[in-house]
Amino acid sequence: MIASVSQPSDYTNVAYPSGARIISLIKQAGVREIVAVPDIVTSNGLLWPISEDPDFRLTRICKEDEGVSICAAMSYNGTRAVLMMQQTGLMDSLNAIRAIGIDYARPVVMLVGLQGKEPDVHPDQSQVYGVRIVRPILDVMEISHSLIENPDDVDHIPDAISRAYENSQPHIFLIGRAPELT
Amino acid sequence: MTLYRDDALKALIPHIRDTDIVVAVYQSCFDWLALNPRDLNYVAVGAMGQASSHGLGLALANPDRRVIVLDGDGSLLMNLGSLVSIAEAGVTNFYHFLSANRVYEVNGSHPIPGGQVVDFESLARSAGYAGSHSFTQLKALTDGLADVLALPGPQMSVLELQAGQPYPRDYNYIHSAEARAIFEDALNKPCV
Repeated sequence: MIASVSQPSDYTNVAYPSGARIISLIKQAGVREIVAVPDIVTSNGLLWPISEDPDFRLTRICKEDEGVSICAAMSYNGTRAVLMMQQTGLMDSLNAIRAIGIDYARPVVMLVGLQGKEPDVHPDQSQVYGVRIVRPILDVMEISHSLIENPDDVDHIPDAISRAYENSQPHIFLIGRAPELT
Repeated sequence: MTLYRDDALKALIPHIRDTDIVVAVYQSCFDWLALNPRDLNYVAVGAMGQASSHGLGLALANPDRRVIVLDGDGSLLMNLGSLVSIAEAGVTNFYHFLSANRVYEVNGSHPIPGGQVVDFESLARSAGYAGSHSFTQLKALTDGLADVLALPGPQMSVLELQAGQPYPRDYNYIHSAEARAIFEDALNKPCV
């Protein structure tokens, strides 16, 4: 079945998370390594600023599952990293996440833009099939995840990253609204 | 004269420092574990094709160690983009050895796509590796290894070889929590 948008979404009457605050909280969690495939949801508010931020080392990769392996390998000496991509790359990386993140119990932290999601609609109710299935798939795979849409949703980022590394397990932040630059 | 994988790996052993991380996959891994068991052997690759990417992560996070990846040609074909990512990252401590036997050895020895024509040495060079080399003879490999490992990485060495002696395929070990714990403990052990 091919999904279609039946009703126009309200792109103006919603609040958007702050990219600057997300970056600050990622730093607060002790992360200095970013591994990324560009994603249009997080491009302006996160990836471009990160690419110019001397506190980070950005490793640009060709395909998302490379990043799962890179971040897992970094974790063996305690190096914390965040892997950025959009949900299409997440779907493409599920076997690597299954094998390396879950079977091997490695702390791979991912920040995933939900490309195509309507800003005022919860992802589970999205008209876009590729968005609507993401959370149920992660639930079936027993992968920890959390949703960032509203400005206040970002507050849990440091704790979620720390918990992933302390428990040696993956965590995926799903970004449902494009973060603002400031 | 044919180059056999176990002979090639035996030639590499004297060049491995105690502090080196060795990432090995599939039959190269099984051979290596039999020939040179050591705590800093990294076997937890998880998904086929990912050895080079694990090696990149290890090289970035451990700049004071050399990372030596014993990859397979079928595996690398699944992750060719990693050549570009590795070159882009500029990891000078990264040494890539590719067992090019031109078949999926542990999956029934079916031929890899393009097995008769793919030029891995050129692929690595075109991707931006600092250097790329091919070896078809044991003597040339034995004579050349010290020079390759003295060069700044990333360096690719394509070993055009055939399987040597059969070594046991202990999948349970390479996927075990024990193997990962041994590596992690060794990696984080304070240097004396």
